[in-house]
Amino acid sequence: MGDSRMKCRKCGRPAAINMRRHKLALCDECYPAWFRGQVERTIRQFQMLAPDDRVLVAVSGGKDSLSVWDVLLRLGYHAEGLYIDLGIPDGGYSTESKVRALRFAEARGAVCHVVSVRDRYGLSVPELAMRRGRGHKVCSLCGLVKRHIMNGFAWEGGFSVLVTGHNLDDEAAVLMQNTLTWQPGYLARQSPVLPADSEGLARKVKPLCLMYEREVAAYALVCGIDYIQDECPHAVGARTLFYKEILNQLEQRSPGAKAYFFTQFLRAKQSGAIRFVEGEEAALHACERCGQPTTAPGLCAFCRLWQSDTQGDEEGA
Amino acid sequence: MVVVRYRGKEYELKPGMTARDAILKLGLDPEAVLVLRNGKLVDDSAILEDGDEVTIVAVVSGG
Repeated sequence: MGDSRMKCRKCGRPAAINMRRHKLALCDECYPAWFRGQVERTIRQFQMLAPDDRVLVAVSGGKDSLSVWDVLLRLGYHAEGLYIDLGIPDGGYSTESKVRALRFAEARGAVCHVVSVRDRYGLSVPELAMRRGRGHKVCSLCGLVKRHIMNGFAWEGGFSVLVTGHNLDDEAAVLMQNTLTWQPGYLARQSPVLPADSEGLARKVKPLCLMYEREVAAYALVCGIDYIQDECPHAVGARTLFYKEILNQLEQRSPGAKAYFFTQFLRAKQSGAIRFVEGEEAALHACERCGQPTTAPGLCAFCRLWQSDTQGDEEGA
Repeated sequence: MVVVRYRGKEYELKPGMTARDAILKLGLDPEAVLVLRNGKLVDDSAILEDGDEVTIVAVVSGG
């Protein structure tokens, strides 16, 4: 058996992962504790969670959501899962991901709620996309559906905070996209914590936002978390993947570049070095059908999607 | 021979190369993958030996 040439900095065993941005190599026994410590530090730094919070974790069956759920449970938080069955049939994607989310919960004695989009609203997300005539934009429609269901479930279920598994690569890719296209509204809102600043809006936090995607995957692998490794079939060719590829090329040349890009953006916003001139605050009011807050008159963007005679809006409510 | 699996395909590589060499041989980005050797996560400098079963795991997701 070939020995790893690089050794764990803590114990000297063969390294399982080398994190060039930290100049730190760790073995599979030392890595999980280090990872959990980093996430715990992020939670403290951004005041994401209080010990008595009732936490809802949005779980997809992928590495990020299952890893953040695992970390929160190990840190002692009361964290329940919410799996949204989008009804994606390709290769049994939704079935496979749901099985993994439920198995994960069962093994840890945790609660995993399941909401099926088709059972609740009559159509799966791909069927809805076909009906709306926007089959090529399943991802944006899927995002809108998920955001609506997650927020409603957290709010109605009395959860004090909604956790998502967004990692640093996700955040850096969104930041790059919104910078290259100069989207001041999105740049102003991008944050590790999205406050519940309106009746009906759940507080949202991203405890993995400072962890690289590669580090999250390594955590899942060394902890034996059985996650769905296949990419969602609709994500093929997604712009996010393109930006992540570019960012990884930068990282290859300059370790730490991704983290620097994102964290310096946060620092510049916090210090006031970058300021976004606030436009007139759009007034939020309750959607006539579902009651969730929306800037649109009448129905929110989600409820308009299900109307057969009008064109839905892709913007989130 | 070293058997390398990636996204459902199998490749045979010569023993003696590092995990990083295998990643590059398959045209992959070392920042976007991890390597399991005989089921255990190894860093890029691990030397792959005759009979090793290697799985390269893509870590990037998005949509």
